[in-house]
Amino acid sequence: MRIERGDIELAGVCKSYDGVVNAVDGVNLRIADGAYCCFIGPSGCGKTTILRMIAGHEDPTAGEIVIGGHNVVGLPPVQRRTAMMFQSYALFPHLTVRENIAFALQVRGQSKAERLRAADAMIEKVRLTQFADRLPAQLSGGQQQRVALARAAITEPRVLLLDEPLSALDEQLRVQMRQELRRMQRELGITFIHVTHTQLEAIALADLVVVMEQGRIKQAGPAREVYAHPRDRYVAEFMGGQNVLSGRVAKVNGGSFLLKQGAREAIEVPLQARRGIGVGDTIDIAVRRDDVALVRPGASLPPGCGTALPSRVTAIEYQGYFVKVMLDTVPDDEFVAYVPEKTFFADPFNVGDVVLATWVADRARPLA
Amino acid sequence: MSAVVVDNPEQGISARKAIAPSRGKRPWTFYVLASLFTAYVLALYGPMFCIYILSFQDVRGGLVFPMKGRSLHWFIDLFTQVRTGDVKGSFDRSIKLAVIVTIITVVISFLAGLGFRRRFKGDSIVFYMMIGSLVAPGLVLGLGTGLLFQALGLSPAWYSSALGAQLSWTLPFGVLVMFAVMSRFNNAWDEAARDLGASRWQAIRLVMIPVLAPGLVAVALFGFTLSYDEFARTLQTAGSLNTLPLEIWSMTLNVTSPSLYALGTVTTIVSFVVIGVSLGSIVLIQKKRGAQKIKG
Repeated sequence: MRIERGDIELAGVCKSYDGVVNAVDGVNLRIADGAYCCFIGPSGCGKTTILRMIAGHEDPTAGEIVIGGHNVVGLPPVQRRTAMMFQSYALFPHLTVRENIAFALQVRGQSKAERLRAADAMIEKVRLTQFADRLPAQLSGGQQQRVALARAAITEPRVLLLDEPLSALDEQLRVQMRQELRRMQRELGITFIHVTHTQLEAIALADLVVVMEQGRIKQAGPAREVYAHPRDRYVAEFMGGQNVLSGRVAKVNGGSFLLKQGAREAIEVPLQARRGIGVGDTIDIAVRRDDVALVRPGASLPPGCGTALPSRVTAIEYQGYFVKVMLDTVPDDEFVAYVPEKTFFADPFNVGDVVLATWVADRARPLA
Repeated sequence: MSAVVVDNPEQGISARKAIAPSRGKRPWTFYVLASLFTAYVLALYGPMFCIYILSFQDVRGGLVFPMKGRSLHWFIDLFTQVRTGDVKGSFDRSIKLAVIVTIITVVISFLAGLGFRRRFKGDSIVFYMMIGSLVAPGLVLGLGTGLLFQALGLSPAWYSSALGAQLSWTLPFGVLVMFAVMSRFNNAWDEAARDLGASRWQAIRLVMIPVLAPGLVAVALFGFTLSYDEFARTLQTAGSLNTLPLEIWSMTLNVTSPSLYALGTVTTIVSFVVIGVSLGSIVLIQKKRGAQKIKG
């Protein structure tokens, strides 16, 4: 049996360490061959466990893991044609870069000359030729990552599994290595599965973003869909960039409904694809932070804006190309407007100012 | 606002002071602690040096100061005179025993280190049972071993009962050292090896043993030195043929010449050679890794 494709299907995958709590709880997912997939979630959500089960370092308690059309549960990593890049890389400290990369060929019994030649070719590919004789401890974080990548890639895997590959790097290098990962993925033409807890990393890299919470998938889809159209409050808050408000449905019109929040002014929200919203239901809605416009009381609202929530500015953070304005619009949740820098400084607000937070009516979205 | 601006430079200077103390004057505590340490070193090595110095007397030499002449007479005496006891034979036995103990200690400690990487049911009971024999008084344990052999109808010997009694001493130490060594072993190395297609055995041979080599040498050193000068547990278990510490002890009872001191000097030299070889090999391992640093 030789696995030739890197498409993965998880069917009802569960993992329990103690027989009581499921660390991974019935995960179903299909990842296309050659896709870049990011699992994202807080620590302990089961994302690393899923990765390790695909790699063959853990066995699922229930369910099937299918790679390239074959159920691989119980097979060792080599037969799955997966390779794993470990968190903090796990490079062998006593071997040089060349020996580290040649390791997989060494244990396959290739002759020394043969495997060192293959390793050198791979070293060239990741641009480490001048460091070939160094030990891992003598390399920078970025160089170590390239060694780890090369060491995994030399086995010619169909699937490369990356466990928080960028977490050991500092901010600038992280952005740089992020691009390098994407470039390598295109060059190798194989499936990458990348576990992270950084939203920016996930949406910058992935074709498929999988948001997890407590062993379950909350939402899986293209980066833009997950970021711009989060399914529920959890995903919206985790991916960021959204204001989430909750309230009671006061009235349902043809294409929209009115949401009422305590004594506050009702908010008009388009129904969109959401069905089954009835008067009296408590639901969450989301408004993107960069869709929120701030106007001074008494000024006219921008065209298309219906709702205008009076708020007080509680804090202002300059972020470069935009300004983050924090408001006390909703009692318990934070409400933030990302105002473009030029707009903000044309008429700057101060902390304590009263403003109206408004948005074009159809930008509000009901959440599940 | 202005107050803050004025304050800042001062804060900067005091902070710098705190980080890099001046090298000029040492606090009085330094001198107190330094003299304490000197006294400690004297107390530690003084008695030993008395022995070494007195072993180099000439034929008139006695067991106490003052020093009478200078020669190697008592060293020659040690290896030629029969009346001083079976020094050569006991030395041979001690070395052989120490080597066997070392090998068993290293192998079992390594395996225990592997086993204890993961928690298992009853692991703390197993651990405390292992450590328990450290607490047991050595003489009593030796006596018990001797009695047990007698009860089983076996005659005690240095290679059977003494070996077992010594292992009850070296194994817990070896395992404890191994735990310390293993705590610095990243299990991801083992997993990475497996991920790259290494078999269980290849992962141990190509990754674990080389990475842990300095620690294994340390365990070996422990095993060797603990066995080489073990007395209490060996006393009742060595049978009719003595190990070196037992021989020295019996000599203190009936030999009244500086050849006893000469023997002390010789055994110390052997110990230092063993320690030197062990530490040297650790340094060599690290130097080999360091040399690649310079080359790269």
